[in-house]
Parts: sequence; structure tokens; C-alpha cells
Amino acid sequence: MTTRTETEQPSAPPSAPARSRSRLAALLGRQPVGILFAAPYAVFLAAIFAYPLGLAVWISFHDYFFAAPGAEVERPFVGLENYRSVLSDPDVRQSFVNVAEFLVINVPLTVILALLLATALNRAVRGLTFLRVAYYVPYVTASVALVSVWLFLFSKTGMVNQVLGPLAPDPSWLINSTLAMPVIALFVTWKQLGFSVLLYLAALQNVPKELHESAEVDGAGRFGAFWNVTVPGVRPATTLVVILATITGANLFTEPYLLTSGGGPNGASASPVLVMYQRGIEQGNPDVASAIGVLLVIGVLVISLVNRRILERD
Amino acid sequence: MALNWLRRGALFLGALLFLFPFYYMLVGSLQKDPDTSLAGAFPTGGFTLDNYRDIDGRIDLVRSLLNSGIFTAGVLLGTLVFGVLAGYALARLNFRGQGALFATMLLVLIVPFQLLIIPIYVMIVRTYGLADSYLGMIVPFAINSTAVFIFRQFFLALPEELFAAARLDGASEIRILWSVALPLARPALLTATLLTFIGPWNEFLWPFLVTKDAGMQPLAVSLANYISSQAGRAANPFGSILAGAVVLAIPAVALFVAFQKHFTTSDLGSGVKG
Repeated sequence: MTTRTETEQPSAPPSAPARSRSRLAALLGRQPVGILFAAPYAVFLAAIFAYPLGLAVWISFHDYFFAAPGAEVERPFVGLENYRSVLSDPDVRQSFVNVAEFLVINVPLTVILALLLATALNRAVRGLTFLRVAYYVPYVTASVALVSVWLFLFSKTGMVNQVLGPLAPDPSWLINSTLAMPVIALFVTWKQLGFSVLLYLAALQNVPKELHESAEVDGAGRFGAFWNVTVPGVRPATTLVVILATITGANLFTEPYLLTSGGGPNGASASPVLVMYQRGIEQGNPDVASAIGVLLVIGVLVISLVNRRILERD
Repeated sequence: MALNWLRRGALFLGALLFLFPFYYMLVGSLQKDPDTSLAGAFPTGGFTLDNYRDIDGRIDLVRSLLNSGIFTAGVLLGTLVFGVLAGYALARLNFRGQGALFATMLLVLIVPFQLLIIPIYVMIVRTYGLADSYLGMIVPFAINSTAVFIFRQFFLALPEELFAAARLDGASEIRILWSVALPLARPALLTATLLTFIGPWNEFLWPFLVTKDAGMQPLAVSLANYISSQAGRAANPFGSILAGAVVLAIPAVALFVAFQKHFTTSDLGSGVKG
């Protein structure tokens, strides 16, 4: 492990042991010890990602049900049956519409607010620590804890309705089928915004200051410079922010489960993962639930690829 | 100049708006009777710790905190040991399968864990019978891929001469990692530790699925169960919920405030530039 270092230089004379070593290098790489270093992580990814992914696909094509550990049971192949029942399930369809609604609110709001905040934070110097803590702290705090306050704030007799007085919506926010999903989208935007700000701040370091100044000198004005220099300059971060928002949307569980007590009212704020949980664990249909999961994985991958194509083409 | 002040004013106002729910959480947890009017958010008296006593009587706070701590510590240990090794190998070593491992890691970062919850539940709970155990809780989170990514990016940014010199001296890779790379990687370690900590500490769905026994539940789960099932029966339901929320929030917030300097652009920046 310790003697191979010098002979690995490509310029080493081809002596016999060196040749056998280079054959070994071709087989295992120049530092085979890397295999040892990476092995635990590789095993972890195989066991907790690759295998479950395969298992999800397998389950989704079979009539699968929970059985006692070790029990031998027949689980016949049913082809696309589970996918058919998923796609014709009104609850599942509703949950996909809900995620679309979530993204329509969350993505533009996150991109605009995060970019504006990052641009402003990039210049402000005094009080920066306070500002950073304030904008990032929802990101590091547990959803369950934050949902507790929002439940209180947005309850029927909560502070939001008290302040609104006669303008308070009826039925109240969290039990209103039009407003439940927007409240969740707003909650998640607030909670995740700090991370997007961080990504934009990093991207802003890569936008040359001179470019900005010359645009302003050319009479583009502050807004023109922002639009023509900053916005295109941080495009890679925008791609990442949009992809992360999509992932968050596909992921939603805690908020509909707790904030709108199980995706209520009547599934108006149910997310696909919540429906997956209800179908798979609560109702004991892991096959149907796996089909939902597989569709979501495909959806997330497709949207990530499309985002990259659209936002990164130049 | 005026625009500058306007911008600064807007920034601070926004910050106060962002912090308000935290303030309201704390105030609500200390009030005997909830006053939801605007003035009620700035009470002058009537403070009490009853809500904390109440929530502690319904969900064992100490036990729940201990469970959260063990869950989080397990994940941190796995990530800091095996994640650092993997990050170092991905960044500085050349070995067979490196490309495939890196590609899989990126895929894991895109495909959310939640989508694989059913097969992982089948494996861990049904096949291996690890329900209501710390192992079952920890295993799916054991090595945080975001942290591995941060480690890789950081090790990649170190100058090659450093490693070449150490190798010429005949140092083994484990020694190079321990005495050359790691001492330089402290900022990356802190960032990754913070990010890894908030994962299991705040996680709800997975521990909720594996733990049915209340004595095994982390605080996020026992508080959520309290909110969804029994809070209605308490004398001051919101007060006790908010008290639980404060206890759940404090460790992560305190850690973040203490180390916020490291949660910065430059540490994560290398990750964004890819």
C-alpha cells in the first residue's frame, strides 16, 4: 500500500515489476486503496439506494402485500396493473395537481426573493451576521417545530385572522380547499429560502464586478445591469434552485400531514408522498404505493434534465 | 444614498418578518392563556412554565431528546468516518469504479429518499425486523451524500503538490488523509457536520414509520403524534405544542447560531461551482 507511489509516474522506465504493476493499475486503478476507502459508502449506496430502487420497480409489477417475516407467499406478476390503478386513482391525480400548484407558487417566489435578497446581502456589510441568521434559521429548524407555530398563526382564531378581521377567509386557511395548498407553498418557501439565498450568494461571487460597472456606465441603469448581467450570470444557481424546488415538491410529506391534518380538506393539499404513505402503509398496498414512487422518481429525473437543458442552453 | 437606506430598511424588515414565527413560538410557549390578538404577541405578564411541564407529562421529553440524540449521533459518526473516506477517495485517489460511484452519488442527491420509502420500509421493517430499533432508524441515513459531496469538493480544491510530496515521503494514503488533508478540511468538516446534524434531528417521515413504541420515538415524531392525536384534550393545546416545538428547535438553532460563520458561501461555493 505504501510502496507503489513513485513507480506510478507515467515516465517510470518499464521494468518487469513495473509492468505487472501497471497491469494491476489498469485493472484496479492507480491507487487501488481507494476501493477500500470508498467501499463502505459504495455498499451503503447499493443497499439503501440501488437495491431499493430495483425493489420498488419489482414490487410495482407484482401483486405485493405485507407478510410476516420469513413467510413464503406467492406474489404473482401483474404487469402494468398497479400503474393502471394509480393513474386512474382520483386521489393520486389530485396529489399531482397539488404539487403542480405548489411549484407554480414556490418556484417563482423562491427564485425572485432569493435573488433579490442575495444581491442585497452581497452589498450590505453592517448587521450582516444578524441578517444571515434571520434568513437562514428557518432552513435549519425542524418542520415539525415550525408547523406548530403556523398551526397557531393560521388557526381559525389565530393571529392572522385576528389581524385580518372581517377579511379573514371562511372557512379558515388550513381547512379551506382553495387556500390550504398555497399556505403550504408559502410555508415551504419561507423555510427553504435561506438555502437558495446561499446558492445565489455563491453564484454572485462568479459574476465579474467590472461587467456590472460597465453595464451601468453604458447607461443600462441599475435595473438594466441587474437584468442583463446579474440574472444571466447566476443562471447555474437558478438551475439548481429550480431543481431543488422540484425535489422538495416531490418530497412533501410533513407539511400536508401535520399542517393540513392529512392533506385536507378532502385531499385538496395532499402530496404524492402522503398518498403513497396512505396507500402503502396505512392501507397495506405497497405495490400501488411503489408504482407511485417509481412514477415520481421518473418525474424528478425528467424535470431535472429538462431544467438543465432549458436553463443552461446558451 | 436614499436607495441604500431603503434597501437596508427592507432587508431588516424582512429579517424581522422571517424571525417573527420563532419569537411567537417562544412567547406562546410561555403564556398561560393564548391571546391571539396582535397585542397578545407582546405580553407584559402572565408568563409560566406550565406548558413545558404539560408537554413533558404527555411525551417524555428527556427520553425523546435522548432518542433524537442517538439517531443523530449515529448518522454523524457514519458520515464523518465513512463519508470522509469516500470523499477523499473520490477526490484524490484513482481507482476502478470511481466514475460509477460519483455518478451514483449525484443520482442520490437528485432522487429524494422519500420516494424509496416503501421498498426501504419493506427491507428494514419487514425483512430484517428492525422496527423500533436505533439501527433501523439510522441505517437509511448512515452516510449523508451531501456531506460526501462537500468533502469531495473540498479535498479536490487542495493543491496536488501537497499530496505528491507526502506520497514521495512514503506516507500511506490513510496517513495523508489524517495528517495532511483533514487538518486543512476543518471548515468543510464543520459545514458538513452542521448539514448532517439537521438531517436526522429534524427528520420526521422515516423515524415515524419505524417507531411505533413511544419509548423509541425521537422528539420530532413524538411531538407530531401529540399534535395530530391528543393535543385537543389539553387545557392549553397550543401552549404545550409550542413548548415542545421550542425544545425541538433549540439544539439545531443554537448549533447554527454558534457556527453560522462556517455556514457560508465559500464553504458551499465550491459545491455550486462543481
